[in-house]
Amino acid sequence: MTRLSMKVNGRTVSAEAEGRTLLSAFLRQGLGLTGTHVGCDTGQCGACVVHVDGKPVKSCNVLAMDTADAEVTTIEGMANADGSLSVLQQAFQDHHGLQCGFCTPGMVMSAAALLEENPTPSEAEIRHYLEGNICRCTGYHNIVKAVMAASGQDVSQLGVAAE
Amino acid sequence: MYAFDFVKPSSIDDAVKALSAEGAQPIAGGQTLIPTLKARLNAPETLVSLTGIAELKGVCRDGDVLVIGAGTSHAAVARDAAAEFPGLAALALQIGDPAVRNRGTLGGSIANNDPAACYPAAVLATGATVVTDRREIAADDFFQGMFTTALEEGEIVTSVRFPIPEVSAYAKFAQPASRFALTGVFVAKFAEGVRVAVTGASEDGVFRWTEAEEALVRSFAPEALADLRVPDGGMINDLHGTPAYRAHLVGVMTRRAVKAAS
Amino acid sequence: MPKDIEAQGGIGASTKRREDIRFLTGNGRYTDDINLRGQAYVHFLRSDMAHGRINGLDTAAADAMPGVIRIFTAKDFEGVGGLPCGWQVTDRHGQPMQEPKHPVLAEGKVRHVGDPIAAVVAETPDAARDAAEAIVFDIDELPAVIDMKAALAEGATKVHDDLSSNLCYDWGFVEENREAVNEAFTKAAHVTRLDLVNNRLVANPMEPRVAVGDYDAWNDQSTLYTTSQNPHVIRLLMGAFVLGIPEHKLRVVAPDVGGGFGSKIFHYAEEAFCTFAARQLKRPVKWTSSRAEAFLSDAHGRDHVTTIELALDADHKFAAIRTETRANMGAYLSTFAPSVPTWLHGVLMAGNYTTPLIYVNVKAVFTNTIPVDAYRGAGRPEATFQLERVIDKAARELGVDPVELRRKNFIKPEQFPYQTPVAVVYDTGNYHATMDKLLEISDHAGFAARAETSKANGKLRGFGIAHYIEACGIAPSNLVGQLGARAGLYESATVRVNATGSISVYTGSHSHGQGHETTFAQVVAEMIGIDAGQVEIHHGDTSNTPMGMGTYGSRSLAVGGSAIVKATNKIIDKAKKIAAHLLEASEADIELKDGKFAVAGTDKSVDWAGVTLAAYVPHNYPLESLEPGLEETAFYDPSNFTYPSGGYGCEVEVDPETGKVEILAFSAADDFGNIVNPMIVDGQVQGGLAQGIGQALLENCTYDENGQLLSASYMDYAMPRADDLPSFRVDHSCVTPCTHNPLGVKGCGEAGAIGSPPAVVNAVIDALQRGGYTHVTHIDMPLTPARVWAAMQK
Repeated sequence: MTRLSMKVNGRTVSAEAEGRTLLSAFLRQGLGLTGTHVGCDTGQCGACVVHVDGKPVKSCNVLAMDTADAEVTTIEGMANADGSLSVLQQAFQDHHGLQCGFCTPGMVMSAAALLEENPTPSEAEIRHYLEGNICRCTGYHNIVKAVMAASGQDVSQLGVAAE
Repeated sequence: MYAFDFVKPSSIDDAVKALSAEGAQPIAGGQTLIPTLKARLNAPETLVSLTGIAELKGVCRDGDVLVIGAGTSHAAVARDAAAEFPGLAALALQIGDPAVRNRGTLGGSIANNDPAACYPAAVLATGATVVTDRREIAADDFFQGMFTTALEEGEIVTSVRFPIPEVSAYAKFAQPASRFALTGVFVAKFAEGVRVAVTGASEDGVFRWTEAEEALVRSFAPEALADLRVPDGGMINDLHGTPAYRAHLVGVMTRRAVKAAS
Repeated sequence: MPKDIEAQGGIGASTKRREDIRFLTGNGRYTDDINLRGQAYVHFLRSDMAHGRINGLDTAAADAMPGVIRIFTAKDFEGVGGLPCGWQVTDRHGQPMQEPKHPVLAEGKVRHVGDPIAAVVAETPDAARDAAEAIVFDIDELPAVIDMKAALAEGATKVHDDLSSNLCYDWGFVEENREAVNEAFTKAAHVTRLDLVNNRLVANPMEPRVAVGDYDAWNDQSTLYTTSQNPHVIRLLMGAFVLGIPEHKLRVVAPDVGGGFGSKIFHYAEEAFCTFAARQLKRPVKWTSSRAEAFLSDAHGRDHVTTIELALDADHKFAAIRTETRANMGAYLSTFAPSVPTWLHGVLMAGNYTTPLIYVNVKAVFTNTIPVDAYRGAGRPEATFQLERVIDKAARELGVDPVELRRKNFIKPEQFPYQTPVAVVYDTGNYHATMDKLLEISDHAGFAARAETSKANGKLRGFGIAHYIEACGIAPSNLVGQLGARAGLYESATVRVNATGSISVYTGSHSHGQGHETTFAQVVAEMIGIDAGQVEIHHGDTSNTPMGMGTYGSRSLAVGGSAIVKATNKIIDKAKKIAAHLLEASEADIELKDGKFAVAGTDKSVDWAGVTLAAYVPHNYPLESLEPGLEETAFYDPSNFTYPSGGYGCEVEVDPETGKVEILAFSAADDFGNIVNPMIVDGQVQGGLAQGIGQALLENCTYDENGQLLSASYMDYAMPRADDLPSFRVDHSCVTPCTHNPLGVKGCGEAGAIGSPPAVVNAVIDALQRGGYTHVTHIDMPLTPARVWAAMQK
């Protein structure tokens, strides 16, 4: 065990870690930040996505030691400073972009990264970008809708427009 | 995972030194290695992280060659190679998903040589040179069958020198679950000839389709491949496709790559 | 003045979900987020062979490993019961099904890959796993029984040595109709026959299962935190049948649960183990499933192999249906497994049609595979798939429009209530209306032009229709009791009105994504006329909710909601008595409107909070005739199933070079009866569609002939991703309210997964037929690129 520190959601924190401790485990068990979820072992589901130095990564597929001193943002760090939901989080609620809530943290973290890279993504771009985040509840329709709405786009014709 | 020690050197020399220890293994982005460790299919005593070595990262042009550091992430290649070598940048953008592309690296991919990985197709189709801490290896010699390369114990890839083709494209047909290549074909046209490399299809890993190369030298057009077909023998048979299906896809994807490149 | 339903958040409003705030900020509390002081961890050593005889286990080396607390094997479970099966099916000959023991840890034999052999409890998860690897076991491998046909063959290796064969039951329904059905086939003008497979699936809720057992020795009190859709059911099954712990000493808590889709209904060995081990060790014991372990231990779904025949008369009216199905039970009977291919499948075989004669034969088979049980739709998707595929095939053989063939045979609106020949009575429906709506929202009329565009792009375009019915709102207890259920299927609610007028509702339903905290509050708020924000919904903890049967079978609003309505009506009745006293009026003259009790025809009134305060501060109160307080419990047992139905349309493009299918549009026109929260209903349908499309195009749980699970991770089991799916067109404006529950609701949770698979397959076959591949009349799901391409090759 070694003491490992990093900056999580703007605060420098530390906890014990082994070489084999995954970033997801460090966040969940080491720091008690249980908003980051683990839904698979093979890096596919994306429930564990967090930002490391501003970029989305799958925290169950990163060794905690490898992110020593990095800046990490988790779902717990995504709300506005006053605790209110961010525009993106609010759009997920407004458009029913979540059901059981388990994939939601990773989905929000990935969607936030998308909007950082591409402020007004098309439906196809959103669907493609979110390919590494599996949701079993929503059928993705309302997730796509939420991300489009968060970027200020009209969502009234989603699914309706003829091909 | 089994327990292991973790070290993170900041230079190639230190990394090579660390890797000379008994039971030491390198870890680059870890996007394949970490799932393998979780399944306890691998038991290193020490993992030597290559992510802290600045000299392994970056994309730069050297004459007709694009030199990419082995530690460069797929996302960085997609971004930084786009102007010089759009075919390669487009390939990098088809690996994994955005989060995987932020961690996974060129060096990690080719050193692992998964038979369904995308990068080996580009390395082989461009006749690239794999540069290691101790030597240079031609692509044709580097890939030696499924999960097997010319790398020696403790040898690490430091960069890959890609000759920049006149035109190129990668056509990938994704396996529906993993989204690795069920069949992926990289076609690269140079002044001196055409090279075609196929990944995902063969039990021997990435391979060159020389008949297609010859036909494309005569005429760089999809129609030139109309009568060509790779034999089913040696193609992978799994849940997602029979040898016959994969052999068929090699033809389809090669034609699509040529069309996209021309 | 029209009521502003959005502002009040009552019935019919698309109220935003209150639970979302915690989920969106990382503050959900899932079972794996629970860590108790002194907690130990269990790792299960699981069989890596499908079938074998256990000669011996040597745990000595493992026992000595660092951090090991104790290793459990079957020996430790002598005197402990097996995992019970909650449904006993009676076969064609009146005999009960064969019911093998399902031990918590394997006894004598391992019967599927993943069968737990031993359990190591240690200080850390890694220590437990390290020690599990050090257990030495001597197991003789036996031939694996994987294929159902082979399993039923004479002389086949038996999965259970103490049973007479691998046949669980041979069920006929309606047995008395068997000869009449056969005769109808001899007289038919046309018979269409189809052999098909309903592919085995893995439910894959994104949250893997977790169990934390806790024991308070001073009070002899056990608590299990578990990822369950029905904590009371787990308490009953585990307490009474497995561990022998009476209910008052056992609390089961299912906190936030990350999806279930059926797979978290069942009582699993890991739940019993953690509860048992915590009592033995007097410290908490936690198990967290990895995804790899989930593939090997969660009950799977579907896995039917069927031949269906449809007899038509010269006028193209359906004369009879005959089906023969082999249904895979896996190695043991999971909690509700026997009911799925029988009472949730056979009784739906009439579909939306007036077919007078139906005979369904089901052989349930034991194999060396993971147990199979209910998965979203459970039996009803299997029935709908057969029926809607064979009708499409018949239409093609007869050269008639598949829409018209369906219309011709639909039960007409004036025929309700409609007695089907397979026992159930449909109360309401209007299938012509949903079919019309489907054709409208899918722009069916414009298809031909769109098909031309595809053709010009070298693609094959097809349109597929399916029309489904399901029986949900499960279920009348007296009826299911006759059918073999070992449980009642009522639901319960306690409505506790607090002194200042806010309301705490305790429901026996369980929300794991359905949004009950929002919709149930809407119902209560509407009934009383207060703001929904004044109502809080509690669920998932047996220590504070009345005995309830949980959430599955699209039953929560229809059954659980009805219990809440019933309890709230009791509250209103009592509140009126209090109001009458306060207003010095006759109870009969008291009217409740918009949260106020008024004396009819006067301006005298008292508001809701005035009444509730009087109930708890009864200074001016009719104490001689009325108890103080305002809290009521109700149990609601439905008098019939509910019958949602709808028309589904799928438009696809097939790439003829690769066989890849792209879904361009998917439309769903459902009749769910009345709707409480349209936004949530849309979401339920969209999610169901994704799972149905996943079954049709992507998902397949596959074993090799030795019983090794080939699709054992997301590397090989294809989950639908965002870019596999289109945005959906969902409509539920066709409404025929349910006639027998107070809200007139039918349930919407499973519809999408039931109606979509045949629509997708019909669309692909249509595309291939239109493209000239006329030899392709069926492809088994999933319609992967490789399968579609192979089918196209002559």
